[in-house]
Amino acid sequence: MPRFFSQLVFGICVITAVLINTAQAGVSEQRAKELTYLLHQDCGACHGMTLKGGLGPPLLPQNLINMSVADISAVITYGRVGTPMPPWKAILTDNDIHWLSKTLKAESNE
Amino acid sequence: MNNCQRLLISTLLFLPSLMIFADCGTLRGTGDLLLIIERMTGSVVIAETTNNTKLCQLTGLGDLSHASVVYSRDQRYAFVFGRDGGLTKIDMLLGQINKRIIQSGNAIGGAISQDGSLVAVSNYTPGGVNIFSSETLELVAKIPTPKSSKSKKSRVVGLTDAPDKRFVFSLFDTGEIWIANMSNLKKPEITKFTGIGKQPYDGLITPDGRHYIAGLFGEDGLALLDLWHPEKGIKRILGNYGKGQKKLPVYKMPHLEGWAIAGNHAFLPAVGQHKVMVVNRNDWTQEKAINVHSQPVFAIGRPDGRQVWVNFAFPDNDTIQVIDTDTLTIVKTMTLGKGILHMEFTPRGEQVWISVRDKDQVVIFDTQSFKSVNTLNVIKPSGIFNTSRAHKIGL
Repeated sequence: MPRFFSQLVFGICVITAVLINTAQAGVSEQRAKELTYLLHQDCGACHGMTLKGGLGPPLLPQNLINMSVADISAVITYGRVGTPMPPWKAILTDNDIHWLSKTLKAESNE
Repeated sequence: MNNCQRLLISTLLFLPSLMIFADCGTLRGTGDLLLIIERMTGSVVIAETTNNTKLCQLTGLGDLSHASVVYSRDQRYAFVFGRDGGLTKIDMLLGQINKRIIQSGNAIGGAISQDGSLVAVSNYTPGGVNIFSSETLELVAKIPTPKSSKSKKSRVVGLTDAPDKRFVFSLFDTGEIWIANMSNLKKPEITKFTGIGKQPYDGLITPDGRHYIAGLFGEDGLALLDLWHPEKGIKRILGNYGKGQKKLPVYKMPHLEGWAIAGNHAFLPAVGQHKVMVVNRNDWTQEKAINVHSQPVFAIGRPDGRQVWVNFAFPDNDTIQVIDTDTLTIVKTMTLGKGILHMEFTPRGEQVWISVRDKDQVVIFDTQSFKSVNTLNVIKPSGIFNTSRAHKIGL
C-alpha cells in the first residue's frame, strides 16, 4: 500500500511537471507526448527505457542533481565529445530540448 | 446485475485470454516456436511459424528494454535477459515462467554454454559476468571485472558462448576482451587481453565459433581474436571501419550479432555512415561498401546467405532494405512504419518476422516475393527470437 501510494504521488508529480513544462517551454500537448515517447524509447536505447542507464549514464532525478537545465540542454544539443552521446540539434528544436531538460530536472526536484 | 449476468460478463471478458492461452500446453514440438519481446509492458509473446499465429502471452518479466533470449538445447526453455538484471526461464511448451531471478541491477544480455548447462549474463551494474546453472538458475560462478573508476566496475558487453566450454566477452570501460574457460566450475580460467581498443560496445563470434570480433566505439576498426590461436593475441582489422567521410551523429549503435556471411563475404553495419560494409572473410579486408538508406542497425543474413536484411537508426527507422549478396545491390526497399527494431528469419529463411514498434505489429514477409504473409498484433515489439538459435554457436 505505501508503495502504491508513493507511485501514485510520483505519477502525479510527473504529470504535474509535464503540464507545467508544457506551458512554460511552449511545447504543444501533442509534442509533449511525442517527446516523452522519444525520451523513453529512443533516448532509452542507450539510457534504458526507464532511464536507469545502460551504455549511456542513468538520467534519473538523483543522477542530475549537479546539472542545471542549461547544462542538460547543452549536452542534448551538442552531444558529448568522446562518448557515444550524439548532438540532437538536427532532430530536435531548441524548444524540444528545453522541454526535455526541464522534464528531466523537474523530476529531480521532487 | 444478478449472478448469472456477472458470470456471463466475466466469462465473456476472460474468454479471449482463455482461448489464447489454450494453445500453450498442448502436445507439440518446439522447433517452430519463437518468442517476441514486448518491451514496454514487460511481457513476451510465444508464437509459431508454421501457421504464423500467436500462442500465448506471458507477463511479469520486468524491464525488457534491450532484452535478449537464448534457448536450451532441447529448445524447450527460453532464457530471457532483462535490462533490470532479471533472468527469466520460460517453458515454451507450457507457456509458463519456470523460474525468475534478479541477478544484478542492470544487465545487457547473455549466452548459453556449448553443452547447455550454463547460462551467463553480462552486467553493467555492477560490472561483471554471473554464471548460472541452466537447470536451476542457481549461481555457480561470478567473474568480477576491474574497476574503471573509484566506485564502478567495468561494464561487460558482447558476451557470447564459444566452443570448449568457454564464454568470451568485452569490457567496455577498460577496453579488454576476456575468455572464461568454464571446465572447472569452481575456478573458471580467465584469459585476459588488455588494450584491445577504446570502448568495445558489442561483440560477435563467427558462426563457426572461431573468430570473436569486438566493435569499438572509441576508435576506428574492430578487434579480432582467433580462438584457435589465442596466443597470437588481438589483431586490429578494418582500420577504415567508421572512417572515410565525416562521421554522422549515431542515434542508435549498430548491433553486430547476426551479421551476414555469404560465401567469402561478411556484411556488417557501418558506424555513423549510410553504408553496409562488405568484408573479405579470409583476410578481413573491406572489399566494398554498399550505400543504404540511412545508418544501419542490424544487417542480418537470410539463413542461406542469399539476402541481407537491413534496418536503420532513429529517425529513419521506418524502412527496411534488402541486399542481394550475389550482385551486392539493393533489391528491395520497404517502408513499414516507425520503430522497426528487429528482424528474425524462420529457420530456413523462407519468411522473415519484423517488429514495428510504433504500430504495435509484427509483420511477416515471404522473403522471395517480398509479399506480406501475416500481421500480428504485439504490444511495442522489439527482439524476436526463434528456437532454432538453440543450435547455433554465438546465438
